[in-house]
Amino acid sequence: MKTRVRRVSLPNARANAHDHEVTLANRLELPGVADWQRVSPKYVYVDVISTIVVTLVLLVGTSLPALFSGVVWWWILPAVVLVIMIFVIAFVPRRVRAIGFQLRDDDLLFRRGLLFQRFVSVPYGRMQLIDITRGPVSRIVGLSDLHFVTAAASSSVAIPGLPITTAEELRDRLVALAETRRAGL
Amino acid sequence: MTDEAFEGDPIQDLLPAGAVLSTRLADGEWHRLHPATPLLRGGFVFIVIAGYFISSARQQLIDLVLGAPHAHEDGDPVALLTAHGKLPLALLIIAGVLILIVVIFYLSWRVHTFRITDEVVEVRSGLLRRSLRKGRLDRIQGINIVRPFFARLFGAARLEIDVAGHDANVRLDYLSSGNADGLRLDILRLASGTREREAAKAQETKGFVEQRVADFIAPELDPNLAPPESVVKVHIGRLIGSILLHDTTFTLLVLIAAAAVGSAVTGKYFAIYALVPLVFGLGGFLFRRFTKSLRYSIASTPDGIRVGFGLLTLSNETLPPGRIHSIEVRQPILWRLPGWWEIKINRASKSNAKGADAQRNTTILPVGNLDEVLRVLGLLLPGTDEAGIASLRLGIIGRGQDGGFTNSPRRAAIVRPLSLRRNGYAEIPGVLLLRRGAVWRSLTAVPEARAQSIGVSQGPLYRALGLARVHIHTVNGPVRAELGALDRNDALAFFDTASRDVVEAVSTDATHRWRAEGTPA
Repeated sequence: MKTRVRRVSLPNARANAHDHEVTLANRLELPGVADWQRVSPKYVYVDVISTIVVTLVLLVGTSLPALFSGVVWWWILPAVVLVIMIFVIAFVPRRVRAIGFQLRDDDLLFRRGLLFQRFVSVPYGRMQLIDITRGPVSRIVGLSDLHFVTAAASSSVAIPGLPITTAEELRDRLVALAETRRAGL
Repeated sequence: MTDEAFEGDPIQDLLPAGAVLSTRLADGEWHRLHPATPLLRGGFVFIVIAGYFISSARQQLIDLVLGAPHAHEDGDPVALLTAHGKLPLALLIIAGVLILIVVIFYLSWRVHTFRITDEVVEVRSGLLRRSLRKGRLDRIQGINIVRPFFARLFGAARLEIDVAGHDANVRLDYLSSGNADGLRLDILRLASGTREREAAKAQETKGFVEQRVADFIAPELDPNLAPPESVVKVHIGRLIGSILLHDTTFTLLVLIAAAAVGSAVTGKYFAIYALVPLVFGLGGFLFRRFTKSLRYSIASTPDGIRVGFGLLTLSNETLPPGRIHSIEVRQPILWRLPGWWEIKINRASKSNAKGADAQRNTTILPVGNLDEVLRVLGLLLPGTDEAGIASLRLGIIGRGQDGGFTNSPRRAAIVRPLSLRRNGYAEIPGVLLLRRGAVWRSLTAVPEARAQSIGVSQGPLYRALGLARVHIHTVNGPVRAELGALDRNDALAFFDTASRDVVEAVSTDATHRWRAEGTPA
């Protein structure tokens, strides 16, 4: 799998703060952190199928005004939804490639998002439990989702699209790491 | 209190010679609750029914005594029974039901027992459906003693032990008032991991009435418990002022004014009617806020912070060290005139967060001036030095880079037009600070040892401006620790240092056994 790390030179955060050039380098990228573990490419199918299901539901919902009122202009609503969702689906492969995680010495690093980027760092000692879930589509392609649950609901570290054996290995490894760094709340 | 014999005394055996617990209730044996418990817990309905019956029978009683029966109105059950000559039978049935109820109450009291061991507190109850509730001592988030007005008449108090988790509290209701205080001390001592125990003060025995009176007039906070310089109190004048100047009052007045103007202009009064429920709702909120903050005091004790309040129903809670997950100092807009602030916190236990009562769980200082706020912050963040306090002060009222704050860059003025120079973060030893807002000013402080994870995020607008947002994830509560409109590189630098410092703080944190040997208090 190709890693997509864009190297950005960061001499000094403070000195750089006021004469910052507004460029593509504005994307979030952690300096000096490479080698992200990526999720299975097969997860693209899972994501596409679930997005299509959502799209269909949205289309039905937004078509109701047009169907009931008979006013032609109401069809603009589902049309807009369709265009947006086609874009969303077109970017699924890139979005899936943007999901990554990394087991550092003391914390789990997680990233996701293309348009809305998000990085989270969770110390292993903060683990309350690890959940492995498998949706119907995931099961067909042999994937599962791993949730790293802390006492904070907002942490929400969910690594989707892991092959089942990988997910179980990762769970055992994370549990072992958390055991050695047991901490209170 | 208990009629069980003390055979073995497992915890007492662990203690060094001469050390004793202040009550005999935390000795690892099963104990019973206050004898008035069934009455206080569920007996009020019963009293109401009895009261109705007596008030209804009043006329008959008078007649019986005076021997002058006269006609009664129809519909009164007692009058009806008298008329049909069935009163003795009815009384017999009532007496039977009464005896049955008393027996059930007695039995349920007999089986409702609790014990406190070195590791857990357990409560078992239930006649037919047995239930057992356990709470681990090292997961205790706070211990609350509530003295409802009626229970105070009996000298009883309710002890609520908050354990981390949703509605995971263990309740001991009711205990005798003195026992409740002693037991809390004992539980905290057991939880703190300390092996040295202070000898209990001998309780002087007074008569029942004398003791009840003493309970009522005693100051809410025992002066022996906390050094006076660590006590912050809320005076009633300031409390009233703070409520009059609160944002909710402000909103209420604006709405009333809008409705009045609207009605005057249109000549219709719908707006006023629509406002009535709102006025009741907001007014109720303010009133509860007032009653919940009466006689408010916060003080530092060896086993954590003690928060007490209440006029008729007294309540006080001890929060052991390291149970506060994040702190926010904020200022409703009108409080700027007198310079008042309030402090809210996030905690891991949710037990009391129901409706308006949520306030007592999360508001640690309802109103205070800057000096008091800094004193309370000193209590909440033990280990903060002079420089740290100075940074906190600048975090509350300052702007710019003084105090070690990193501000938003100038190009963020589009998203933070007023608070550009307020918006910023800083780090003092063991604590992360996020400063926000120029009109509604606030400062969020998160102890690093309590942060669950650190995040950084960016959406399309922030990307175009070269900005990013940082998040400190803590347990749920009224405080949201996040800060937007930071320079992208600053945000990444924050993410890097904060995540490393949190790992460091987590590994050295030992507050779950705060007085165990080898760790500083």
